[in-house]
Amino acid sequence: MLGRTLQEVSAALKQGQITPVELCQKCLSLIKKTKFLNAYITISEEVALKQAEESEKRYKKGHSLGALDGIPVAVKDNFSTSGIETTCASNMLKGYVPPYNATVVQRLLDQGAVLMGKTNLDEFAMGSGSTDGVFGPVKNPWSYSKQYREKRKQKPHGENEDSNWLITGGSSGGSAAAVSAFTCFAALGSDTGGSTRNPAAHCGIVGFKPSYGLVSRHGLIPLVNSMDVPGILTRCVDDAATVLGVLAGHDPKDSTTIQDPGKPFMLSSLTDVSKLCIGIPKEYLVPELSSEVRSFWSKAANLFESEGAKVIEVSLPHTSYSIVCYHVLCTSEVASNMARFDGLEYGHRCDIDVSTEAMYAATRREGFNDVVRGRILAGNFFLLKENYANYFIKAQKVRRLIANDFVNVFNSGVDVLLTPTTLSEAVPYLEFIKEDNRTRSAQDDIFTQAVNMAGLPARQPEQPGRQVVEHVVETVPGDVKNAQKQ
Amino acid sequence: MAAPMLRGRCLGRCWALACIDSGSRHGRGAATGFTSSGKRGQSFVAQQPLLTAQKSRKGEHKWAAVVGLEIHAQIASNSKLFSGSQVHFAAPPNSLVSFFDASLPGTLPVLNRRCVEAAVMTGLALNCHINKKSLFDRKHYFYADLPAGYQITQQRLPIAVNGSLAYSVCVGKKWRQVITKTVRIKQIQLEQDSGKSLHDELRSQTLIDLNRAEGQLRVDANISVHHPGEPLGVRTEVKNLNSARFLARAIDYEIQRQINELENGCEILNETRSFDYKLGCTVPMRDKEGKQDYRFMPEPNLPPLLLYDTASLPAGADPQQVINIDRIREQLPELPSETREKLIQQYGILPEHSFALLNEVGLLEFFQNVIKETRAEPKKVTSWVLNIFLGFLKQRNLAVNESPVTPSVLAELLNLLDRKVISSAAAKQVFEELWRSKGKTPSQIVSERKLELMQDEEALERVCHAVMEGHPQVVMDMKRGNPRAINKLIGLVRKVTHNRADPTVIKEILEKQLSS
Repeated sequence: MLGRTLQEVSAALKQGQITPVELCQKCLSLIKKTKFLNAYITISEEVALKQAEESEKRYKKGHSLGALDGIPVAVKDNFSTSGIETTCASNMLKGYVPPYNATVVQRLLDQGAVLMGKTNLDEFAMGSGSTDGVFGPVKNPWSYSKQYREKRKQKPHGENEDSNWLITGGSSGGSAAAVSAFTCFAALGSDTGGSTRNPAAHCGIVGFKPSYGLVSRHGLIPLVNSMDVPGILTRCVDDAATVLGVLAGHDPKDSTTIQDPGKPFMLSSLTDVSKLCIGIPKEYLVPELSSEVRSFWSKAANLFESEGAKVIEVSLPHTSYSIVCYHVLCTSEVASNMARFDGLEYGHRCDIDVSTEAMYAATRREGFNDVVRGRILAGNFFLLKENYANYFIKAQKVRRLIANDFVNVFNSGVDVLLTPTTLSEAVPYLEFIKEDNRTRSAQDDIFTQAVNMAGLPARQPEQPGRQVVEHVVETVPGDVKNAQKQ
Repeated sequence: MAAPMLRGRCLGRCWALACIDSGSRHGRGAATGFTSSGKRGQSFVAQQPLLTAQKSRKGEHKWAAVVGLEIHAQIASNSKLFSGSQVHFAAPPNSLVSFFDASLPGTLPVLNRRCVEAAVMTGLALNCHINKKSLFDRKHYFYADLPAGYQITQQRLPIAVNGSLAYSVCVGKKWRQVITKTVRIKQIQLEQDSGKSLHDELRSQTLIDLNRAEGQLRVDANISVHHPGEPLGVRTEVKNLNSARFLARAIDYEIQRQINELENGCEILNETRSFDYKLGCTVPMRDKEGKQDYRFMPEPNLPPLLLYDTASLPAGADPQQVINIDRIREQLPELPSETREKLIQQYGILPEHSFALLNEVGLLEFFQNVIKETRAEPKKVTSWVLNIFLGFLKQRNLAVNESPVTPSVLAELLNLLDRKVISSAAAKQVFEELWRSKGKTPSQIVSERKLELMQDEEALERVCHAVMEGHPQVVMDMKRGNPRAINKLIGLVRKVTHNRADPTVIKEILEKQLSS
């Protein structure tokens, strides 16, 4: 039952094959069994059971709220959840219990979803491995798959069996692992430079990044306000569409959302791709790309072509500037957004009370890890009066150029772009930590963050029928309505 | 977040360009010789070589002061600028704080429509150009009353720019002469207010109230001095002045302080100072060291603010979602300059009086009500309202609406005066009585105290004659040309007639009798 898709289990609930409480208990039990994955920071057992009971009452009366009623979901721990601790995997917010729900959380709950818990991440969503949070790293469930264990047996290392586990990617690694390990049917992540798509790729599930402005950010503790979006992680594309239908639409509490109210939508069951034009950006063929990924990319392109789609090479000429541009803008906004963490109103406060300044300094040093502090310092540097024009303004201009690259391509008749999500498959943790967070982010974000800067939607689809640990290619639709089922 | 604020910046070069003779300044007396000494200063520079401050002797050089004001005015709205929480004066601390106001992580600002309308109205009233597109920025600094670590303001592109305001200034001896000046309004911007901090020295604590409904009007003054013709001097900022009176004193003090420093060969630091009300001087603020870099950055959670006028309004636009500048202009009440002009045209009163009538709350309405009910000349009414009536109010620290004398009553009094039933002096007496004892009409008081003017001119002539006969020495003084002598005689005549004769008429009769 737990291995089914959201739509399948929703049907099962409707038909009474299983009750919401049974489903919830099964998931809770599996979460406990898979604790070693470290996917969850907080398991909201009592809340979940209560919600499941409410859902059961509704089903008994025949008044289910919809496709999400009674469905176990998980939420990344950088979304505000009323009454449930929200830490962002940081010492700064350990013990912080928000008094309100993020809009996306509220919309899920309003549809009857059952909240299993808050998932692990890189501290404040800064990272591409889900390894840099204060609660420890998240382990990729595929580390324990038959295929991977067999693969490892071929290379005798003689170490402890568990020492060579694979990372989930990040920063929404906990959500990806939770979905991938069948402990829930959908999870919320966030995506600023690839943080939903990257772990989705590494964990073999679907990761969807909506267009900026489509889904409300109210309650999402921000990393980069002008690029953040809530992300959706599910086991199949239809499930992602179902969840998107619930989340999308205007929120008066978020002034950057579109004006249109949300409405549910279904993907067309059309599998005819003959009218589709698919673009392959040539700049994404970089030497660091692993041969496996490259071959997958080709296979996917050929698959489309053989089904009648037009597949052409396109150019996104400013791709090579996107990493540095992203880093300038990202760190600048981070420096600004982190300014509120001063220990006064909420969160961690140090013991020093000699002066306000001393308190700020110690609180922030104790509360933030190196990665966060590094980005704050860098961001403040770029925002200094003497640097602002040369760094921030210039980066904004480059951002405009990058966004225009996409506009030009989509205006020339291309419907969808097909690119890799990651450079290679999920790597072992021991190898990942050989480079620092900044280096890893720079490497791993290469295919994903241009899309964030342009505000475009992008999807990391699951690999149908494959059970190996490979990331898969991602598609960047020019228009959300044209999203096709694979 | 906070109580919504409008910030206006006046560049006061026109306003407070006071050429000051160092050493001759006392309080408001700076206005003395305002325009004329400015010219003197100009010509002085042209004719003689400039000496540096270090080489000058005290009192030799003319100084020019430049003052710019930053005015923080709280918008009258029911809720705050960016959060839905309410605004209430004197609410208990931290009782009106929304999640956004407390800067809880994940909260976002939402612009308050009423505040935008208020800003547009203010811009129109101050003759500004309204920017159809304006932007919001973050201004970063760490302080306990700023929970987010930044303030949302409009630094790059504010909502209104390039306005002006005409006002009156009293100059000349005893500030009798009033002239009209214009001050430039550099810009008007919307911004959040910070919280309030109370320092508890005893427990070495600072208490923070995030309600932000206090301090409805605050002014920061930027002040520098220089020699005319030379570049502007280093400026200091004097913060958080809450009344016009203290603002004036602080500026005057600071101008003098800077002059003294410079004449003693010291430098002026570009610093922030506060005004010590008790000592009447400005002091450096302890917690600002050096110049702050506010690391301005666009506010990413607020899209550009777009305003429309009737011409540019998109077709089918939802009126709830857009702001039309033309509509707001139509809804503006009559502005003071218009009202003043009407008063001058209609009643022939002097411009400076038109300012005075509008400067006191309720006074214009009082004046107009008196005019309605009296036949007395507007000039007379003006004089009575502005000098006598207003004087009585000020002495007793009352507002117009607290006056025991109503417009009807004053009108009645003025009618008596106009019909020459009573003298001017008697009228003043009646007025005093009216103020003290309510319920009596002027006519009642006049008859009770027998203040009616003597109508019998012949009888008055006889009295004058008799007085003159009785005081030959004074008459001799008069003949010798002593101006005070006649006043003595007038006084004596008044005594005899129990003050029921018009002193002006007495004087005429005496002079006539003397010359005959």
